[in-house]
Amino acid sequence: MDVNPRRLVGVTAERATHVSSTDFPGHYPNEDHSWNLSQFRQNLKAEVQRLSNRSIEFDIVGVDASIANAFRRIMIAEVPTVAAERVYIFNNTSVVQDEVLSHRIGLVPLNVDPRNLDMKADVEDPGTDRDTIIFRAHILCERNPKAPKGSEDPKELYKNHEFLSSHLVWQPAGEQASLMMKDIGPLNLNIVLAKLRPGQEIEMELHAVKGVGKDHAKFSPVATASYRLHPNIVITKPIPMHRAEEFKNCFAPGVVVVDRVKKVVKIDPKGMRNDTVTREVLRDPEFSDMVQLSRIRDFFIFNVESESAYAPEELLPEAINIMRGKIADIRRSAESLLSTGGDNGGDVPMADP
Amino acid sequence: MSSQTTPKVQIMKGATPNLSAATYQIHDESHTMGNALRWMLLKNPHVEFCGYSVPHPSEPNIQVRIQMYDEHSSLEALLKALGDLDDLCVAVGEKYNESLKAGEFERWVEKS
Repeated sequence: MDVNPRRLVGVTAERATHVSSTDFPGHYPNEDHSWNLSQFRQNLKAEVQRLSNRSIEFDIVGVDASIANAFRRIMIAEVPTVAAERVYIFNNTSVVQDEVLSHRIGLVPLNVDPRNLDMKADVEDPGTDRDTIIFRAHILCERNPKAPKGSEDPKELYKNHEFLSSHLVWQPAGEQASLMMKDIGPLNLNIVLAKLRPGQEIEMELHAVKGVGKDHAKFSPVATASYRLHPNIVITKPIPMHRAEEFKNCFAPGVVVVDRVKKVVKIDPKGMRNDTVTREVLRDPEFSDMVQLSRIRDFFIFNVESESAYAPEELLPEAINIMRGKIADIRRSAESLLSTGGDNGGDVPMADP
Repeated sequence: MSSQTTPKVQIMKGATPNLSAATYQIHDESHTMGNALRWMLLKNPHVEFCGYSVPHPSEPNIQVRIQMYDEHSSLEALLKALGDLDDLCVAVGEKYNESLKAGEFERWVEKS
């Protein structure tokens, strides 16, 4: 892979070089770097690499870090999900205090598609079937009369010795049962919320609402949403065969290929993306000037794990839609400034900038 | 919330009368839009300077400073940047959906 050196962030033993992007008008004399949509489209690549039921890996190539970072931040903090917001506790004689239990329940990911619900206009509003999902939980721990003698296993000694996420039961309200909603409940049915002993009881009602991660992390739809830059490794001088194995071990598995027949050591272009750029190779005095390490500044390898009702591949399109919504909001307001002729007298509540 | 009373975009005191240099305060936005907008504004050759700041971490505002060459209007540059940023989002979304539809990627099953 031959990469334009302008796109590379150098990785040396002690520091990273050429970190900032240079694709701005006026940076290079006699070159036009102004915004050009058709050229951007030509250079842009957005490719899904791996997809599972819970996570996705995709590449976005040809965008600036500020754009990639905007998508990442929106996926974490602004794509809405549904989570328990109010917990009405009728009875709780477990050892877990009401507020601690409520907090734990809030963090349980729920299988409710947020696109089917409205965002509550005000948290103090009473809530309707369009914006609130109700769950109930009622569990009482008892002794098991048939427990084998001498047993010390709580599973055998007691009934209901654990309050699990599966004990949260959806109570369809209003139109909800007839609408598109189905399979509503926790995504993972085996989350232990509290441990119980005979005589302890929990009875509660939960009101789940739609919210965003910047308000509370429980609303974040992702477990992780991160990107890294594609590594770029170039061998500048032939690697001596007698040290080929040592050289290979300086990199992640699959990055270096040793061809014993042709007696050459090569970098596998496909395996290169898995390297972690540890700079181990630069610690060796002989290897350090045989190889050049770098990363590609505009090649973002995203890794997103969904922990919500969204399928992992739906998260980026959702983030893009939210970003477009934000742009439209700002544009509407900025256009209204245009009509007032940018009159900034008297309309400034802030102090001097 | 105060978002009903606070306008989304305000021009701050100290802007030049023709808006060739102005600071815009954008309500309820953060680094997410600030940095993306700054980058797109700097792609405009008429922009002499552009920078943004989050004046205080617990206030949901950003301030975008724009200074233009040759008495161009910074407000028009801002609107152009917003339009271009929207085009960019559409382009990325289209490319991503194409790749997803083509289905030429590895699929695997992850256990919870």
